[in-house]
Amino acid sequence: MTYKLSIPVLQENIAPRFDMATEVFIILLSDEMEVKEKKTIVLPRSSSDELCHLMLSENITTLICGAIEDEYYQFLKWKHIEIIDSIAGSWMDALERWKNNMLNFGDILSDRMVEGKYIKMP
Amino acid sequence: MVRLPNPQIDSLLGNPLDFIHFVDEIPVGILVLDRDRRVVHLNKFFEALSGMRIDKAYGVECHNILRSAACVNNCPVLTMGSENRSISCKSDMINMDRQKFPIRITVASIIDINGKTTGFLETVLDMRMVEKLDQRQSVAYSFANIIGRSPQMEKIFQTLPILAQSDASILITGETGTGKDLVAEAMHQTSEREASPFIKINCGALPETLLESEIFGHEKGAFTGAEGSKPGRFKLAHNGTIFLTEIGDLPLALQVKLLTFLDDKIIFPLGSTRGFNVNVRMIAATNRNLEEMVLEGTFRKDLLFRLNVARIHLPPLREREGDIRLLLDHFFTHYQRQLNKSIKGFSKEALVKLMNYHYDGNIRELKNIVEYAVNVSKTSMIEQEDLPAYLFDSIEERSFFPTYLTKSKTDYRTDAADSTDRDLLSGSSHKSLGGIDEIKSDETWPSVQRRMILNALRQANGRKSKAAKILGMGRSTLWRKIKQYKIDP
Repeated sequence: MTYKLSIPVLQENIAPRFDMATEVFIILLSDEMEVKEKKTIVLPRSSSDELCHLMLSENITTLICGAIEDEYYQFLKWKHIEIIDSIAGSWMDALERWKNNMLNFGDILSDRMVEGKYIKMP
Repeated sequence: MVRLPNPQIDSLLGNPLDFIHFVDEIPVGILVLDRDRRVVHLNKFFEALSGMRIDKAYGVECHNILRSAACVNNCPVLTMGSENRSISCKSDMINMDRQKFPIRITVASIIDINGKTTGFLETVLDMRMVEKLDQRQSVAYSFANIIGRSPQMEKIFQTLPILAQSDASILITGETGTGKDLVAEAMHQTSEREASPFIKINCGALPETLLESEIFGHEKGAFTGAEGSKPGRFKLAHNGTIFLTEIGDLPLALQVKLLTFLDDKIIFPLGSTRGFNVNVRMIAATNRNLEEMVLEGTFRKDLLFRLNVARIHLPPLREREGDIRLLLDHFFTHYQRQLNKSIKGFSKEALVKLMNYHYDGNIRELKNIVEYAVNVSKTSMIEQEDLPAYLFDSIEERSFFPTYLTKSKTDYRTDAADSTDRDLLSGSSHKSLGGIDEIKSDETWPSVQRRMILNALRQANGRKSKAAKILGMGRSTLWRKIKQYKIDP
C-alpha cells in the first residue's frame, strides 16, 4: 500500500490556516515509508474549496494541516481522507512524526523561544 | 512540562500583584507577546475562546496560536512596526473546535521603563454577538439612526454601507438640519475604524489662529502662550475618522494645509519641522455650495476635488415624500416616552398644519416642533394650539395636498419628486397649476403633473415654448416631462 500525503505549507512550516495556504506539498510514500515522489503545487489564490478539490483529484490519503474549518474537515473525512489538523511547526518534523505514528491532533512542533532564549519542549 | 513564570506587577499597590489573576479578570481575549511575537501569556478568556492552553502556547509564534486570517495576510504587529501606537483590525480566527468566527484584534506595544518596546499586547474581541445584533438592526428604511422611506433616502441607504466600508474621503452636502452629522457618525460606526476615535471639528466655530493649532496641533513655544505642545485633532483621530463640519468656513490658508495632508497623509504641527504620519479617514460636510464658492475664489478648487471623492447629498425634508409623517411619528413616540406623557397622537387639524409646513430648518426644526408640542400639550391629543406660534405666521405654507390625512402612509410616496416638482408645488399662483381646477384625493403627484402639462399644451395649441411658460418651467424641462409621461402632442 502506498500513502499520499498532502501538507499545506507557509515557507518551511505548516500553514497556520488551511484556507489561507497557497502552497501545498504532495508526498508519495511507499509501504516502507520511503519518499517515492514529492511535488509542490502553488495555487493562484487561497481557497478551501480549491484545496479540497485538489485533495480529491490527487487521491490524497492523509492531510496534515494547521487550523481547518469544521465544514471542510467533515467533508474530507467523508471522502475517506485521514486528517491530522491543528499542527504547528516544520512540515519535515510533522512528516517524521507521522511516519512513526506519533503525530496527533493539536501537536505544536515548532521551537519555543522567549526573548531569544530556547525553552525546553514538553 | 514547560515551567511557566509567575509574573507580578510591582509598585502599583502596596503589595506586588499577581499578573495572571489581573489579566484573567479582563473579559477580552489577551495575548502577551515578546518582541519576536512569541506568546508569553494567554489570559483565561483567550484560552476559552481559542481552546489553546498557555502551557502549550508558551514560546510559540503567535500566528500558530491566534490562527487568524490577519496573521497570514497582514500581521497587525508587523504593520504597527516601531510606531508606539495601537492598531486595530477586523479579522476571523479558527479555534481548536474548528469553529471560524469574526474577531477584532487590537495590538499595542509593551514599553519598558526606559521607553523601549519589549513586547506586544494583543487583545481579541469575539464579534459573533455584535455581528448578530448588526444584522438585526439593519431594518429597512433606516441606517444607524437615520430614518426615511422616500425614494431619495432609500437610494442613500443603499449607498451608505458601501461607502462606509471604503476608505475614501466623503463630502456630505445638504441644508442645515438634514442630518449631515448623523450620517458622518453612522459612516464611522459602520466602518472598519469603528473602534478608533471619531473626532469632529467645526471649522466655523473657532477663529483662524486657534483653528490651526486645534486641527494640526502645536509645539511648545510655537507662539506666545504655547507653554506646552498640543497633539491636535488629527493626531488624536489616528486610525479613526476626522469629521470636518462647515468645511466651507475653513480659511484659505488652512485649506492649503489640509490639501497637503490629503496628498501626503502627513501633518505638520504649528512650529514643528517634523511631520507625523497619521492614518485618518476624512469626512467633510457643509451646507454651502462649494462649487459657487470655488467660482467666487473663497474655496480652493483642488481641495474640492480631493474631498469630493464620494459625495452624499442629503435632500431637504420638503423634498422627501412621505418622510414628514414618518418623522413626526418617530419623534412623537420618542418624546412621549421620554416625558412620560399619555398623549395619543396629533389631532387632524394639527397634523394638517404640520404636514403642510415647509420646514426650512428640516429635521432639526421638525424635531423641535414635536418636542415643544409634546411638552405643551395638556390633553390626550396634540392640538393646533399646542404647536409653536411661528408656524401660523408663515405665509409660505404648501397650500395643497391636505389629502395626506385621508391617504394611507404608503401613498405619500411618488416617483417624480425632483426639485422642479417641488418648485411647482410651492408656486402659489394658479398659473403654475397649468389650468387644472382641482386635485382628486386619490391622485398621485405624477398624474397631477401629467394633467397640468396636457392642459397647458391644450391652452398653447401644442406650442411647447408657450406651454412651458404657462407651467413656469423651462422648455427642456417640459420636453423631459413630456417624454417621462409619454405625452405625444
